Amino acid sequence: MNMPYMPSQIASHGSILKPQPFIVRDCALIALATGRRAQNLKELRNHLLEVKAESLYTHFWGYMLQPGFEERDYNNDFAEWVRHQLHDRILAEQLAVIDPSEYENLEELRWEVIETIEHRLDELEVLNWSPPDRQFHFLYSKLVIFHTNRVLQHPSELPDAISDMSSGSIFYHVIDAARRLPEGGDDFKAWLQQWGQQYQHVQSRLEQVDPYFTSLTHLRHSLEIIIRHALTLNGRS
Amino acid sequence: MGSMLERYASIAGTDVIHHLMHLGNLLQGMKIVHVNSTREGGGVAEILHTLVPLMQELGLETSWEVIEGNESFFTATKSMHNGLQGKPVELTAEQQQAFEKVVADNAERLRNKLSSADVVFIHDPQPAPLIQMFPSRSAKWIWRCHIDSSRPHRPIWRYLHRFVNTYDASIFSLPGFAQRLDHPQYLIPPSIDPLADKNIELPRDEIEQVAQTFGIDPEQPLIVQISRFDRFKDPVGVIESYRLVKRFIPPLQVVLAGGSATDDPEGKAILDEVREIACGDEQIHVLELPPDAHRTINALQRMAHIVLQKSLREGFGLTVTEAMWKHKPVIGGDVGGIRLQVVDYHTGFRVSTPEGAALRIRYLFQQHEMRVAMGEKAHDYVRDHFLITRHLREYLTLILSLTHNQTDRIELT
Repeated sequence: MNMPYMPSQIASHGSILKPQPFIVRDCALIALATGRRAQNLKELRNHLLEVKAESLYTHFWGYMLQPGFEERDYNNDFAEWVRHQLHDRILAEQLAVIDPSEYENLEELRWEVIETIEHRLDELEVLNWSPPDRQFHFLYSKLVIFHTNRVLQHPSELPDAISDMSSGSIFYHVIDAARRLPEGGDDFKAWLQQWGQQYQHVQSRLEQVDPYFTSLTHLRHSLEIIIRHALTLNGRS
Repeated sequence: MGSMLERYASIAGTDVIHHLMHLGNLLQGMKIVHVNSTREGGGVAEILHTLVPLMQELGLETSWEVIEGNESFFTATKSMHNGLQGKPVELTAEQQQAFEKVVADNAERLRNKLSSADVVFIHDPQPAPLIQMFPSRSAKWIWRCHIDSSRPHRPIWRYLHRFVNTYDASIFSLPGFAQRLDHPQYLIPPSIDPLADKNIELPRDEIEQVAQTFGIDPEQPLIVQISRFDRFKDPVGVIESYRLVKRFIPPLQVVLAGGSATDDPEGKAILDEVREIACGDEQIHVLELPPDAHRTINALQRMAHIVLQKSLREGFGLTVTEAMWKHKPVIGGDVGGIRLQVVDYHTGFRVSTPEGAALRIRYLFQQHEMRVAMGEKAHDYVRDHFLITRHLREYLTLILSLTHNQTDRIELT
């Protein structure tokens, strides 16, 4: 798996090696139909047991790179469908609170979603059905990752580079990084770690950004502002 | 950056165009052929007129071929089109034979071109059987369905399925349109071209001229619905809504504008019905426009305060996208692709009855600031999701995913 930097730059004897450059990558996502559809909660649960794990990735994160309205009531497709088509506000809220970045892998995420639904199924005496033209369509996606030919040598280049990045780059270096990096987090923070203590402040500010509750455009803007501001403070101290 | 890409960069953003150029770099020199059934008229031709030169400018050797057919061929394909949309039509054995014979003739004419391609896009049912005349093909063949195939007439789909199922992949506009097929089914919504006559910015005097031509007062409240005269577009429901609102906003005007219905007996009947219902009310403008009246439609959408698309059934609803691009809130039927575009209190309102539409029209005329804010949001939403640049990005991504490995994560160096 490609990394935008070398994983850990700390040598076995504890000294810090020279930081590697940051390679800016980009990605594009395209959705596909799985052919699976659900019209009630039981059908949703049954498909969740069998659908490929990547489908979970698409339904939790895919909306960020796919055509669709960004200011939604809830941040994953399951919660949205349960709320608006099955009219089950309680379960919708329970599903919406599941933060995919908290799970180590997609299988763990899958089981959390299934258990949440099964718990609700135990409570319900009657199942609600969606209209036939509003079924839940299980999707999956293909992610193509590629170089942009842009390489950053120093953290001071980050704010300008981020402001020029496509939504795909932001998705790759922030959203996808959380799934890709063993320790979680994003690629920017991981790169700054290589520079030792001097960018600790910037890293701390980045940790406060919650990518699950914003659009990629807003996220890009927030990252640029936060890093620019933190670097200015760093320069003064 | 080439000139065409530069023009789109000024609208979609330079980051979007750089993203396309990076994708294009990975596909340099690849031979792409698009095949459809007409060079002019219809949404597919409109898209290809922009998509093909953009692909060329990105360095892909892209060409566009058109199927040549006779009257019986196009009668058969019209039936297939209607059948895919759910109309119970019959395709006789003779019609099937005539259809396949025309496609076989075209296969010979296009053999060199299609044999040397790396990727072939076949648009809609008309050229679908072509694939069977290339049994030893090495290219990836993709069937692109632009039609609302959510509830196809089963005998028609069964007939088409035998051709479509042999493709390497297919593309549908919405998840609900996908079918049972043995290959990957990609989902790519349609798009509009912001630089086409239908969507480009117009000078104020041109808009005023159009208003004058049709006797519309641009200073008075105006609602507009652009669509062909078809029962599924509910033009009668639009007039009912207008009459419900008129009691509260007497100067309200409504425009119902659509294509010429001379070759469509059903359309003609509905147009006559609409005219009869509108008779005697000078503030109802029923306009029958020629198929190339793109700038007139553009002007009508731009002079509207609110755009309606009160469909009872809808594929994607590109007229909704066009209106939103022009900063208009849209009141649309709660069906099909309108649901993907019109979001209550954000980009417009979805309604199910003339009463519902009337209520929202009154609300938006009362809430001027809200109307303006929703129009702005609608424009931004289209810019981010439904422009031709996004459509092109998804085609390039699809080509990369099909021509590399079959995993869900493709890392290119």
